[in-house]
Amino acid sequence: MANVLVFTELHDGHVKPVTLEILGKLAGQTADVAVIGDIAADQVAELAKHGAQNVHKIKGANLDKYSPEGYANALSDFIKSKSYDYVFGGATSVGKDLLPRLATKFDAGLASDVTNFTMDGGVFAGTRPFFSGKCLAKVEITGPKPHFVSIRPNALGMTPNPTAGAGAAADAAGNAGEIRAMIKEIVKATSTKTDLTEANIIVTGGRAMKNAENFAILNQMADVLGATVGASRAAVDSGFAPHAMQVGQTGKTVAPSLYIACGVSGAIQHLAGMRTSKVIVAINTDPDAPIFTKADYGIVGDLFTIVPIMTEEFKKLLGK
Amino acid sequence: MNIFVCVKQVPDTETKITPTSDGSFIETASIKWIMNPYDEFAVEQALLIKTSNPAANVTVVRVGSVKDTEALRTAMAMGADDAALVEAGDNLDSYSIAKALKGAIEKTGKKPDIILAGKQAIDDDALQVPQILAQMLNLPSVSVIVGFELNGTTVKVKREVEGGALEVYEVNTPVVLACNKGLNTPRYASLPGIMKAKKKPMAQYSLADVGVSDADRRVKYSQFKLPPEKPAGKKFDATDAAKQKDVVAQVVGLLRTEAKVI
Repeated sequence: MANVLVFTELHDGHVKPVTLEILGKLAGQTADVAVIGDIAADQVAELAKHGAQNVHKIKGANLDKYSPEGYANALSDFIKSKSYDYVFGGATSVGKDLLPRLATKFDAGLASDVTNFTMDGGVFAGTRPFFSGKCLAKVEITGPKPHFVSIRPNALGMTPNPTAGAGAAADAAGNAGEIRAMIKEIVKATSTKTDLTEANIIVTGGRAMKNAENFAILNQMADVLGATVGASRAAVDSGFAPHAMQVGQTGKTVAPSLYIACGVSGAIQHLAGMRTSKVIVAINTDPDAPIFTKADYGIVGDLFTIVPIMTEEFKKLLGK
Repeated sequence: MNIFVCVKQVPDTETKITPTSDGSFIETASIKWIMNPYDEFAVEQALLIKTSNPAANVTVVRVGSVKDTEALRTAMAMGADDAALVEAGDNLDSYSIAKALKGAIEKTGKKPDIILAGKQAIDDDALQVPQILAQMLNLPSVSVIVGFELNGTTVKVKREVEGGALEVYEVNTPVVLACNKGLNTPRYASLPGIMKAKKKPMAQYSLADVGVSDADRRVKYSQFKLPPEKPAGKKFDATDAAKQKDVVAQVVGLLRTEAKVI
């Protein structure tokens, strides 16, 4: 059995779902959670329900907003004061930026963007995609402890009936140390939608969208479904959508429950970025488009007529 | 001013990947190698800095096999001044690569002011090397940058986070920056640039030369295999306008009753 620390971030005060996915999968190990700053009692209860034994609230000056150095300094001090075999976190914007620096403070290894793992005998062995998921490989960590692991959101899934932990919350002093790279300002995104990498449903437009304005019909469908809108590289390179919306090997790799590809041909680099979606729907005029080889439900037809009809059908189904 | 750009050579995005029969890595014999696409933004940013600071020196550094030196020659053809190559096998882990980059940078004897890299390499997609390198050199870093301004020794960068929000950082040089698409538009190498690149100096080292050994490996990759194929799905013809509504209603119904995702 291993002693594990799971680093969690909060989004609008809520624990990120990937933390709960990790905790559920760690059943049988001793798992604590660390958060920078305060966390509400109901969120501690949620962590306990999924198996957290202790919830450490690391508090100190200059930790009110994220900085790679401040977070790494405060967390490494805290980890050194305990004896953890493993430190886990989500492969989120913060996790991807922070965990390599934090691991290197221990000269330790980080297995990043892991999509599944086992802890047989308290030893981590994981699976992670290479080449945006065109192939998979086994990943193991060697060298000094603790060993670090980042987990891709939505990949593990929630454990149905998790074993609860004690969920004892306590404050810990955090020292941010010297921070050289500091956030001066945050420019909010115009969209309030869930990020593509964490979205449960994604509606994506390809080159066949013809222009940026036409994405309105995808937005309408997305609003009905509570989905996030994505774009293929062809659509982004044609200027129809910003790069933040790009799905594929040079964009985001996604794994939603439902992926609806509209006018996306299915280039190999796009398929690499969305092939692990649980259910794929493709709409395309070309019956031989490669996207249909990955689609659970393919509709051969013109997206400009099919998408509005589909939006209406979703409205009916969902009673909207 | 000394600018370093870390580049990696990766299989072209349209490459079909085939694991080796023993699963130790992938078949590399017939692969077309390109400069990692995110690294092109790093090279371009270095050259833009050099445009406004003509005395700046741009060195490109790469750790990898020497099969061909496409990525380094491309960067020099675009305008980088010189290059350093650390010869290493494929499938090296991020910690070893970062340590080798650090060693190669130190070998030049130049003190770095700005170190640029792509935010990730599209082969292992680890997203680790720039941050590890920064920590090893005890430097600040900002990753996933889509905006860059240099005023004297202060850098103002925009980092893209979830949902497309931007964090604006101010940091003094020396600094490590990991670049994302959207930062700039990489230039093409000109023909005179390509000719000139052939004469530009390229230092070559072994891993041992830069102080890296097998003991530096922190992460082991093995059992490379293709992901499981999905069984064939259902395909519906909705090209006939009269049938469209029925077909769409049927698919939407199946998403609830069969796929259970709505």
